[in-house]
Amino acid sequence: MRVQDEAEIVACIPSLRRYARGLTSQRDRADDLVQDTLERAWRKFSMWQQRGAVRAWMFGIMHNLFIDLVRSQRSTPEDSAGDDLPDAPARATQSDRLELRDLDRALQRLPIEQREVLLLVGVEELSYHDAARVLGVPIGTVMSRLSRARERLRAELEGRTVPARMQRVK
Amino acid sequence: MTFMDPVKPTATTAGAPITEADLHAYVDRQLTPARRAEVEQFLSTRSDERQRVNDWQRQNEMLRRLLDPVLEEPLPLRLPLRPAATVAAWRGLAAGVAIAVISASSAWFVRGSIDGDTARLASMSPASTTELGGFARRAAVAHVVFSPDVRRPVEVGADQEQQLVAWLSKRLGTEVKPPNLTQIGYELIGGRLLPGGSGPVAQFMYHDATGQRLTLYVTREAPKLAGQPETAFRFGQDGPVNVFYWVDKNFGYAISGGADRQELLRVSQEVYRQLVR
Repeated sequence: MRVQDEAEIVACIPSLRRYARGLTSQRDRADDLVQDTLERAWRKFSMWQQRGAVRAWMFGIMHNLFIDLVRSQRSTPEDSAGDDLPDAPARATQSDRLELRDLDRALQRLPIEQREVLLLVGVEELSYHDAARVLGVPIGTVMSRLSRARERLRAELEGRTVPARMQRVK
Repeated sequence: MTFMDPVKPTATTAGAPITEADLHAYVDRQLTPARRAEVEQFLSTRSDERQRVNDWQRQNEMLRRLLDPVLEEPLPLRLPLRPAATVAAWRGLAAGVAIAVISASSAWFVRGSIDGDTARLASMSPASTTELGGFARRAAVAHVVFSPDVRRPVEVGADQEQQLVAWLSKRLGTEVKPPNLTQIGYELIGGRLLPGGSGPVAQFMYHDATGQRLTLYVTREAPKLAGQPETAFRFGQDGPVNVFYWVDKNFGYAISGGADRQELLRVSQEVYRQLVR
């Protein structure tokens, strides 16, 4: 493994941590996820052929691990997600704090697949094409999840109530 | 028009109807300039859609405000910054396992323990180029990762040098002070703490008048692994990174940079001179 390849993986860590924090909002859980992702990336790198897309590859690993994690914790009621006060990242100014806390809550209440797309596209600035690859879904699915995520977040932040079960009843 | 079909965002045919996917792609800056102009035109006539787009843009901004501070946090020391196989090989070496099991990446330590006594630091003549292994390799990786970073190359800047020294000394469990290299043309930018194999390591970053950066990596792990407290200067290279490294008084030091061997040797000698004082 070349030093530059190793450096490319290490350089992804800050944005992997940011993404993980958006996914789970609890610092320790998020870093567990980052740690597992790195361990798997180091193990798999030699077998991985597509050089040049390291970042998307690592987000893909994290996605798979996160989905496994969520499945293994299905006994936890989904709707309680976001009710606990999350560990808000430090340094938000006082005036921002309440607003950002509301946002974090609303984010954690989004269905996981919508939260992932919103973060990959809106924060990590992946192209729709790369987001589709990371999540293993068609690009049209990325677009519809993104659309639903944004509308739902808009409704939540405006204080409108969104029926929690709406999508399941449909 | 309120419920537009969320289809492929890349329908770039001029004059094609604006879809909801286009509006998202507009927010996410994933449109071609031509298509972007068409969406702008559309939004100028549709205040309801303009409002939605504004809200989505604001969501992106707020999400960045919520999550970007994570980028500034120090890396948790438990994160593995290297392949696990290397870690295992190091542990084996430290435990005194037979030399046969030592991986190629640890070869430097073996060599170091053989000729360390003969080629002492006093001679200051660097051995021939070796493949980077052990802490020198970690140093090179850390250099490649952080030295190009424009926004946050260091965690604590040189303007807070006292805090930097106090913080790093506390975390490494012994006094660690960045050498002053202004005499030879390098100014301290600052430092950061990084996860090592079994504890934290320190990285100091310097730059010269042209902005060229070099880093000094300091670890307490090397001597345990090398099995001896001191070794000769070594030179190694990987891709664009050159590294001078040595072990002295139970610390491992590595100077990494894009500068050539002569220049790095000059810096290494000055760093060494200050450390033995």
